[in-house]
This record gives sequence, structure tokens and C-alpha cells, in this order.
Amino acid sequence: MEKTLKKYFLIFTLPTVIAFAFAFLIPFVQGVYLSFCKFTTVSNATWVGLKNYQDAFSGGQGFMSALGFTASFTVVSVITINLLAFTIALLLTRKIKGTNVFRTVFFMPNLIGGIVLGYTWQQMINAVLYKYETTIVANAKFGFWGLVLLMNWQMVGYMMIIYIAGLQNVPTELIEAAKIDGATPWQTLIKVKVPMVMSSITICMFLTLSNSFKLFDQNKALTDGAPMKKTQMLALNIYETFYGRTGYEGVGQAKAVVFFIIVVAIALVQLSFTRSKEVEQ
Amino acid sequence: MKKKLISALLCVAMVSSMLIGCGSGATEAPAAEAPAAEGEAEAPAAEAPAAEESAAEAPAASADGGKVYYLNFKPEVDAQWQEIAAAYTAETGVEVKVVTAASGTYEEVLRSEIAGTDAPTLFQINGPVGYQNWKDYCLDLTNSELYNALSDKGLAVTGADGGVYGVPYTVEAYGIIYNDAIMQAYFATDGAKAASVDEINSFAKLKEVVEDMTAKKDDLGIQGVFASTSLLPGEDWRWQTHLANVPVYYEYKDNNVGDMAEITFKYSDNFKNIWDLYINNSTCAPGLLGSKAVTDSMAEFALGQCAMVQNGNWAWGQISDVEGNTVKEEDVKFMPIYTGIAGEENQGLCTGTENFWCVNSQASEADQKATLDFVNWMISSDAGKEYMVQSLGNAAPFSTFGDDEKPSDPLAMEMFRYMENGKNSVTWNFTTFPSQAFKDDFGAALLEYCNGNMTWDDVKDLVVTRWAEEKAATAE
Repeated sequence: MEKTLKKYFLIFTLPTVIAFAFAFLIPFVQGVYLSFCKFTTVSNATWVGLKNYQDAFSGGQGFMSALGFTASFTVVSVITINLLAFTIALLLTRKIKGTNVFRTVFFMPNLIGGIVLGYTWQQMINAVLYKYETTIVANAKFGFWGLVLLMNWQMVGYMMIIYIAGLQNVPTELIEAAKIDGATPWQTLIKVKVPMVMSSITICMFLTLSNSFKLFDQNKALTDGAPMKKTQMLALNIYETFYGRTGYEGVGQAKAVVFFIIVVAIALVQLSFTRSKEVEQ
Repeated sequence: MKKKLISALLCVAMVSSMLIGCGSGATEAPAAEAPAAEGEAEAPAAEAPAAEESAAEAPAASADGGKVYYLNFKPEVDAQWQEIAAAYTAETGVEVKVVTAASGTYEEVLRSEIAGTDAPTLFQINGPVGYQNWKDYCLDLTNSELYNALSDKGLAVTGADGGVYGVPYTVEAYGIIYNDAIMQAYFATDGAKAASVDEINSFAKLKEVVEDMTAKKDDLGIQGVFASTSLLPGEDWRWQTHLANVPVYYEYKDNNVGDMAEITFKYSDNFKNIWDLYINNSTCAPGLLGSKAVTDSMAEFALGQCAMVQNGNWAWGQISDVEGNTVKEEDVKFMPIYTGIAGEENQGLCTGTENFWCVNSQASEADQKATLDFVNWMISSDAGKEYMVQSLGNAAPFSTFGDDEKPSDPLAMEMFRYMENGKNSVTWNFTTFPSQAFKDDFGAALLEYCNGNMTWDDVKDLVVTRWAEEKAATAE
């Protein structure tokens, strides 16, 4: 069996490998190469070495401030999304009437695309702020919390589903045993349920962390970085470097490579950290 | 039961995430930003040019001749261009493909399309700065019929070697569009500060009239004199580009140059004059301007909620197409943008163009020839001229067009009136503005000023420093 698997491994994975190579590996390698080049179109590039990387971190580029905004946004939204999603999941795994309806409703926002959501929330938030004769782009704080609100609204449902699946897989014997031993509901939650759903937490943390860090559509549609790029996140900063000015395509590319390294590093650290907390069932 | 539900839900989650993944790439960008474009097929999203290409690709060209591929800049005339392409193919048998970039994505689409094997043979640049970006792809048009037919040769984009690389295909003008019916109603009121629009020939007079109109706005049945000064991100080009052109024009003029590496923003106070007038006599409070788009402004004007709006002759479509519009065709007129600069009594509209046709120098010779034939047909054949003027509404600056072959919408007529009444047109110098990044920062600063987060001096400093930085950055 093992042998046959090995023998046919290539044949069966070939389509995927080819697709992966064309859609990911080749563009990725080319992208890294282009980050060392000055170019306007990808087929016409000249090598400039590390200059793009120097430019990427120079003051006027706003890369560091975008990184700061992205980091604080990520911290806040990861915490709020996961707390909310877990709480709702807990509520919806009790036997409340209409659980299915609730689950569906909470999940629905996830079905809407980012650009649409961004514009919708922009309209809604502006409608509220209208009363105070101001708009979401008047103050960076509005933009920040608007974005947090939007992301929570969109992602809580999805994370909730994962948590529900995790919670329902907690063996009832364990919970009953805990009850017989006299554990309070709070103790049951912390000492039994949470360790048992640690694998769900790993997935949810990973998804929220990487999605928040890489956020683009929502950021572009909701504030587009206004006011004065104070609500500009990394992906948007890269996009605007690439398209905002002639001759800076390479710098945008260099930023994108740096961005990739940051995202990978954070994801790996987070994965190994939460994985270490997982328990065998 | 419960387990089944979970698995069902998870299935839904899985499928939906896949759907979202597939759907977003193809639809988001064009659907959200270019309602006028004909869906994804004609307006390729930047993310998926490859998929789009194969979908839109027509049968291969005939063996002998080349083919034409035009990357169109204006989503509002996409349908017309498709019609022209079909008509030309029917007449000559040469294949013409027209693809329209979604609003605001032209550079991105051009960048990805021109790198492909089936690259556009005809594209457009926005002036000297655009030429700098695309000079490797611009064919020298000095000996082309297109250039020879240009009535004012000075309008073309030339390179350092003296070659002609971009030929304008239309002339446009902008100024303050006003609703004459409301103005006449105002002139009839007691104590009106002027008796006719002709008396308004300076900023001081304009300010007097506008402020008096604001005081009487309830009597006039308007919500404000000026339409809301749209400052939603991406909707601020009327200010950071068009309005900013006026002070820059005068600064260039004082120095007798056509471009500067550094500006002092000498006429910043004049910009502030008109800016304050716009935002303080508007249909909404300055703090709300960050939520307004250009279409909001144009709708307000079309519905008669305001008397004036700054925009160009291309805006006629936006005015006439608004549902329930109350403004009559004969009441739509132009007035120059007065900012309080000495001698502005003789100032006309801001007239120029940022639409230059370029032929791809890296296309095959057959394709280049086919493309030149196509543009020549557009400006010299009866059918082509008809399309240029009637369908596209272009005020074509070519000697092949007779006096009667001009667009006849009210704003175009006003434009010709100003071109012929001896006033000094303000040229379009914003084609020399350093970069999109500069314009975006300027627009962001204007928004901050409206929200009270920046003083005018801050705005002025930002313009001066960012101009110098961006000029230096793009000169490398």
C-alpha cells in the first residue's frame, strides 16, 4: 500500500502541483526578483540591487506608520473577534430555541464581499456621524473603530462555526465527570472545555490574525487611508506605493516581500504557541 | 441531528468561502466603481487580467493586416466604443478590440495588459508625466496623418528628442457651472449685488454675490450656493487637480515656465479664497464633505438644490441623466473660476486636455499600421467623425472637422463661446503635477482643513514640500 502510494503520488498530485506552480510559485519567485529591480511593466525590468529596500523604509513612505496601525488593529480585532465568537458559540451550543436561525444569521455577514461591506459600513457610520456634522474620515479613531466593528461583524460568524464544532466535540463524559466532582460552570469552561477546543482556537487565531494583518478590501473601501494615511494598513500602503507614483513599482514590490516575511513569521510563531497548548483527546 | 447540522453548516461555510474567493476577483472592482462599464468582460479587474483576456479575446486577425486593440480610458463611453469597433470592422474587415478600464484603474490595467502578448496597440497617456512613464511604448507620430491634422500642434506631447508621442483627441474645459434660472431669480431679488452674470468678473464680486445668495437661500429655494465639495477619498480630483491648476498656472506664468521642480505655492491665498467660499456656502456643513462623492454634487446641481458646481463640459451627461432633474438645458452655463488674482477679469475657462492617444511602439508593424489607419478613419471619414462628435462628444482639435462638426451639448457650446470671446484660457498645467501620490496628499490635506485638523499654513507647507519631494522622487 505504502509503495503504491509512493508510486502514484506524482501522478495524482500533478494537476495540483502544476496549478500551484503556475498560480503561486512562479509569480512568487518573479515577485521576489522584481523587488530588486526598477520596472514599469513586469516584462521590462532592470536590476538595481537593494535600493528598493532602502527606499521602502525611508521616512516619506509611511511603511512604518502603516505597520503600527496594522499591528494595533490586528491586536484589537483578534481579541474582540475571538472573544465574541467564542461567547456566541457557547450560547448557541446550549439548547436554546431557534439556535439554527441564530447561527445562520450570525454566519450571513461572512457571505458578503469586502468591498461591498466597506462601502455599506461607510454609509452607515457616516449616517450616524451625520448628527454630529462629521464623517468617518474626520478622525483616525473613527476609522480605526469602524474597521474593528466591520471586521467583527464579518468574521465573528465564521469563527463561531468553528468554535461550535469544537465545543460539540468535547466528550460529554468529561463534562459530566467534572460536574460530579463539583466543578462550577466557570471551572468546567476553563479547565475542561477550553483545553479541549484548543485546536479550534489555533485555527481561529490563525485565521483572524492573518486576515486582519492582510486586510485590504475593507480598508480601501471604508476609509482608503483617510485622514492623511492615518488609517492606512500595510496592504493598502503597498498598493499605493505601486500605483501612486511613476518609478516606484519596485519599491512597492520590495515592501510586499517584507510584508510576506512579516506575515509568515507572525503566523509561525502563533501556530507553534497555540499548538503547544493543545491536548490529546 | 446536531452533528448533521454542524456538518451541513460547515459545508455551507466551506462552499461560501470558496464562492467568495472566486467571486470577489472577477466582480468587485468593476462593479463597485464603474457602473457605466459593461460588466467584467470589458472592464478587466486588475487582479484577473489573464482570465479576462482569454474571455474577451476575439478570433485571430486576418492573415495579412494587423489588428487594433484600444484600451479605453472613459467608462462612460464604453458602449459607444464597442459600437465604433464593430462598425469599423464591418467597413474594413480589420479587427478592432476595445477594452475599457474601470474608473480610476487605467494605469493598473495598462500596466498588466501591455506586458502581455496581446498588448494594446492604442492607449492613452495624460500628458508629460504620463509620457515619462510610458515613453518606452510610445511611437513617434511626427509623420502620421493624425498629427498632421492637429490644428494646434502645440497641444501634442513631445519628447526630449523632438518627436511627437501623444496626440490629443479632444479638448475639454472646466470652470464653475451655474444654473442660470436660479441666478436670474437671485438678480430679481431686492438688493441683489449684481444685475447679471456678466457683472461677476472677479473674485470680490463673486464672493459678494455668493454670500448674499446664501443669506437668501430659502427665498431662492436652494440648500446652498455651491454643490457639496466632494472630498470622499478618490473623489477629490476636482480640487487637488483642477482647482489647484489655477494657482499653479499663474505661478508658472510669472516665472515664464511650463514646469517647475519646486513651487512656492505663491497663490495659495487665492486658492484659499475660493476654497473657503466653496465650503462655507455649500449645501452641507464643511465637516460632512468627507462623505460626498462627485455624483452627489452633480445630482444636487441637477435637482436644483444648488446654483453652482465646479466641473467640466464632460459633466453634462451626469447632469442630464439624473432622474427628476429640474435644470433646463438652456440654463446650464459656465463661469471662470475667479480666485482674486490681478487681471482675472479677462480670465476664461481652464481649457486643455489630458487625453492623448499613443500608439504602442512595441506592437508589430502591421498592428501599428492598422492602428494608425483606424485613428485616421476616426478623424477623417464621415462615419468616424460622426462617432467622434455625436457618440463620444469629443471637441476634436483636428483640421478635418468643420465648424458644424462639434458637439452640441450646452456645456460644449459654452466652451466654444469662451474659446472665441477673446478671454485668456487657463491652460491645463496639472498634467505636470508630480504624481498621483502628490495629488492624493493634497486632497487629504484639504479634507483635514475642512475638518479643522489642519490650518491653511499646514496645507500650504504640505503642498510645497510634497511637490518638491515627489518631483525629486519621480525624476530619478
